[in-house]
Amino acid sequence: MFEKLMNIDRRIIFILVALVVIIPMLFTFSIPLNVSEPTQKLYDYIEGLPAGATIMISFDYGPSSFPETEPMAAAVMKHCFDKGIQVIGITLEYIDAVPLADRVMQQVAEEKDAVYGEDYVLLGYRPGESFVILGMGAEIASVFDSDFSETPIGEIPMMQNITNYDQVSLLLNLAAGSSVEGWITYGHTKFNLKIAAGVTGVIVSQMYPYLQTGQLVGLLAGFRGAGEYEKLINAPGEGTKGINTASFVHLLIIGLVVIGNIAFFVQRRREE
Amino acid sequence: MKQQVPLVLCFLFGIVMILTEFSPHTASQATYKEIANWGRVISPFVFVLAVVTLIQTHWTRIQRRVEHWQYSLVVFFGMIVMVVAGLPYGPQHPAFKWLFNNVQVPMDATMFSLLAFFIASAAYRAFRARTFEATLLLLTAVIVMVGNIPVGDLLWPDAASNARQWILDNPNLSARRGIILGVSLGAISQSIRIILGIERSYLG
Repeated sequence: MFEKLMNIDRRIIFILVALVVIIPMLFTFSIPLNVSEPTQKLYDYIEGLPAGATIMISFDYGPSSFPETEPMAAAVMKHCFDKGIQVIGITLEYIDAVPLADRVMQQVAEEKDAVYGEDYVLLGYRPGESFVILGMGAEIASVFDSDFSETPIGEIPMMQNITNYDQVSLLLNLAAGSSVEGWITYGHTKFNLKIAAGVTGVIVSQMYPYLQTGQLVGLLAGFRGAGEYEKLINAPGEGTKGINTASFVHLLIIGLVVIGNIAFFVQRRREE
Repeated sequence: MKQQVPLVLCFLFGIVMILTEFSPHTASQATYKEIANWGRVISPFVFVLAVVTLIQTHWTRIQRRVEHWQYSLVVFFGMIVMVVAGLPYGPQHPAFKWLFNNVQVPMDATMFSLLAFFIASAAYRAFRARTFEATLLLLTAVIVMVGNIPVGDLLWPDAASNARQWILDNPNLSARRGIILGVSLGAISQSIRIILGIERSYLG
C-alpha cells in the first residue's frame, strides 16, 4: 500500500489540484484574515496622504501573473479614489500590461465615478526601464509626451501641475519580475521617491531587505496582500477570493507532503 | 576594427557614467541626462532585434523540419494576426482588444497556472525528510505555507502568521541580504572587467 502511495500516478495529483481550485471558487465564503505589518504600513501611508495628492502605479506584470497583482491595483485605487488621491498609471517592464492596466483602471473608475484625466490617467509603456525612471525624475513629459491613447500630456488636466517625482507622493510598483529593484536603485536613491511594492507570491521573500531598510514604505505579498488590503478598505474582492482558493491548494500540498513522508518512512523502516 | 570600436565605446561610456554619477557639477549632470536620453532612444531597437531573432529561429525550425516544427507555423500565424489587428488602428481597436482579452490573456495565464499542478506533483515526490537539511527546509516551507493562508490563522490564531513573519523577517532577510551583497560585489567586479576590456564575451 505504502509503495503504491509513494508511486502514485501524478494525474491523480493533477485532478486533486484542479478540484481544490475549482470547488472553492463555486462558493462564496469568508475566512478571517490577519493583516500583516507590511500591508498595514502601505495602507497607513496612503491613508495619511491629503486629498489632491498623486500616486503613481507602475503596472509591471503580464497576463500570466495578473490574477495576483490586479486585485492589489484595484484595492489601492479604490482607496485612492475614496480619498480624492489622483492616480497615474505607467508600464515599464511588460508591454502587454497596458491593456491590463487600462482594464482595471476603467473598472475601478466606473465603480468610484472617477474621471479619466482628472482623477486618473494611464500614460502607457516606454522601453528602457532604468532610463525611463531617470528621465521621469527630471521631467515626466520628456518621457511620456502623451498618454496611452495618444492624447498630448499638456491636454490632460491632472498632469498640468505634475512635472516630475516632486509632485508624486508614492510609487507603487506592482511587479512580477525584477522591476522593484530598478525603482529602488534609480527612483528612490537618486530622487528620494517613496516606493511601495505589490508582488507575486514567488518574489515576496526578495523584498524583505528593502522593507527593513525603509526603502519600501509597504509591501503587498501576493493574493494574501491583496486580500489584506481589501479587508482594510472593507471591500472584499478578487484578492479575498484568490487567497481563499489558494488556502485549499496550500493545504492540499501540505497534506501531500505529509502523506508522502509517512509513506517514505514506513517504506524505509520495512527495508531496514 | 569590429572588436576595437565596441571596446572603446564601452570604456568611454563606462568611465563617463561612473564619473557623472559621483559629480554634482552642472556639466556632469547635463552629460548624464544626455546619455540617459540616448539610452531611451536606443532601447526600442531591442524590439527589432527580438522580432528578427524570433522570425529567424522559427523560420529555421520550419526549414529543417525539426520535431514539432508545425508549432512554429502557429507562432507566425499568431504574430501576423496580432500585427494585422493592431498596427493599422492601434491597441485601442476592438478587434485587437478582443484578441488580447480572449486569446492572449487566457493562454498566457493557463501556461503559468500549469505550474501549480507540477509544483504539487513535485512537492509530493521530492519533499522528503531524508537528511537534517531537507527536514529543516520542509518544516520551514510548511510553516510559511500555513502562515500564508487564512486557514492557518483560523487553526492557530496569530501563531501561524507570526511564525511565517518571523521566518521572513529574520532567516530569510539575512540570507537575502547576503545574496544581494554577493551579487552586487560580483556585478561591480564584472562591470570593471567589461569597462577595462578584460571580459569580452558580450562581443560574441
